[in-house]
Amino acid sequence: MSLQSLQRRMARAVMTPLTPSERMRRVSPDGRPMRAVAAQFIKPNDRLTSFERLEIYNRQYWFRVLSSLIEDFPGLRAILGDTRFESMSKAYLVDCPSRSFTLRDLGSRLESWLAKHPRWAGSKQALALDMVRLEWADIESFDGTAEPPLRPEDVAAATGASLRLRLQPHIRLLELRYPVDDLLLAVKREDEDTDFASNAFAERHKRKRIQAVARLKPKPIYLAVHRMDFSVYFRRLEREELLLLRAFTGGKSLDSAIALAFRKSAIPADKRSDLIREWFKNWAALGWFCRAEKAAKES
Amino acid sequence: MPANQFNSFTDYGIGIGLRATHYHHILTRKPVVDWFEIISENFMIDGGRPLHVLDQILEQYKVVQHGVSMYFGSADKLNRDHLRRLKALVKRTRTSWLTDHLCWGSVDGRYTHDLLPMPYTFEAARITAQKVREVRDFLEVPIAVENVSSYAEFHVSEMTEWEFLNEVVERADCGILLDVNNIYVSSQNHNFDPFAYVNSVPAERVAQIHIAGHSKYRKYILDTHDHPVIDPVWKLYARAIERAGHTATLLEWDDSIPSFQEVHDEALKAKRFLASASLATAV
Repeated sequence: MSLQSLQRRMARAVMTPLTPSERMRRVSPDGRPMRAVAAQFIKPNDRLTSFERLEIYNRQYWFRVLSSLIEDFPGLRAILGDTRFESMSKAYLVDCPSRSFTLRDLGSRLESWLAKHPRWAGSKQALALDMVRLEWADIESFDGTAEPPLRPEDVAAATGASLRLRLQPHIRLLELRYPVDDLLLAVKREDEDTDFASNAFAERHKRKRIQAVARLKPKPIYLAVHRMDFSVYFRRLEREELLLLRAFTGGKSLDSAIALAFRKSAIPADKRSDLIREWFKNWAALGWFCRAEKAAKES
Repeated sequence: MPANQFNSFTDYGIGIGLRATHYHHILTRKPVVDWFEIISENFMIDGGRPLHVLDQILEQYKVVQHGVSMYFGSADKLNRDHLRRLKALVKRTRTSWLTDHLCWGSVDGRYTHDLLPMPYTFEAARITAQKVREVRDFLEVPIAVENVSSYAEFHVSEMTEWEFLNEVVERADCGILLDVNNIYVSSQNHNFDPFAYVNSVPAERVAQIHIAGHSKYRKYILDTHDHPVIDPVWKLYARAIERAGHTATLLEWDDSIPSFQEVHDEALKAKRFLASASLATAV
């Protein structure tokens, strides 16, 4: 048996989902008894059969990848509940096994997968999708690139028609149908508290969390997920503010971006310039704009 | 002998793994530690707090990179994105040598994120050694491969684990990160004499030694890195030091991690063995 052939056989077995009691399945995905599959390439010893030796790796794989998703998506877990989240995670990982050297990327395809498999979230599909988008943005923002912030002299000579602004690569702009930012912050706070709590206390919190999810009503929000002082923050934006920032990321000039952002706006025309000035003040204070790549490298 | 080409002729002493739970203690108390080992993959990112902390650590301490997903033994080709990111980190840390495991964990581009055991065949040794050479040439840093704990053996194996290790390192002309806890764990799981393993390793290639604790189950032992080092492992360590001399040593503690001081004190127990090795060299 070649190296590649052996590795394919073993990986297929290791990545086969466990039984509900967290043991290796008796039958392999191709219908053969797993005992026979294992015995083909793994030696037994005086204490363990080939099946039992393979099972150690099978269980380790699933414990590792499932705990990684639990850690990365506590908000989605709160929405679906522990049991459903686990079942969904298994189905996701069967369809989308890791293709990255790092577990950090394990949930990178969860949003698109969940969108195609609405049965897992049922009536909470829109809420669940919003939460996944927020949690993945949180991961990306945490370790995304931060470039040198824009200085006044970098834009001194530019006009509204020529000025093009770049957002920090760690910023993610989200349009969401539910206020999932509040929910996620509450879930994370609870998780921190229950790390030091008794089982009864943890159970009470779990019930409260479920009630909070059940109460959450749709309410469109516009959000920037960004990083400051190495921590990730969620900042609520006005709709036009998000559209303006999004236009900058699309390479629009300042004039075009403003026109685009206010095209269908209900904000009275006479209020807009003060608002834009205020937004720019905040964005500059947060260091959201960065220098053009060439200028940043030269400095 | 211990300061050799596989650890850039350094003599690092006793280190511990850099773990997030200890960041605050290290950055505020600045304890005296010979060196830290980092898990490369935790820092192969574009920005953020992990790299910020790493830069502060690098200002004060020596750091060696240890990887968990290069998978030298995988039949797949090397992952170019992985290599590019790893090279950027090597430039940042200026690691004197770089280690990863003698194992596989991915096939056809799908990753198990585990350290899966090798079949001990000549084909596997050839493929593995070739990949070690490719990685070393790309990264331009000495490479040492670590023996893993294993729970399964394959029918196709043509040699013992230590013969396979020797075959790979001779073909690749690379160093060894000798994990004496892994030798102990595998010896119990596969019924071999751990001293036969330690005695067969080419001592002149040992760049670094790992020590760790493990968990014993009824029918096998798991390499969990969540306990102190047990006496039989210290005995293997003593023998390894006796053969290889004063070698950079690192304690791994990755789960149920106690206080920084407790982890460091456990690592420093290696001092008495290193001291006798130094004495033997002097005599």
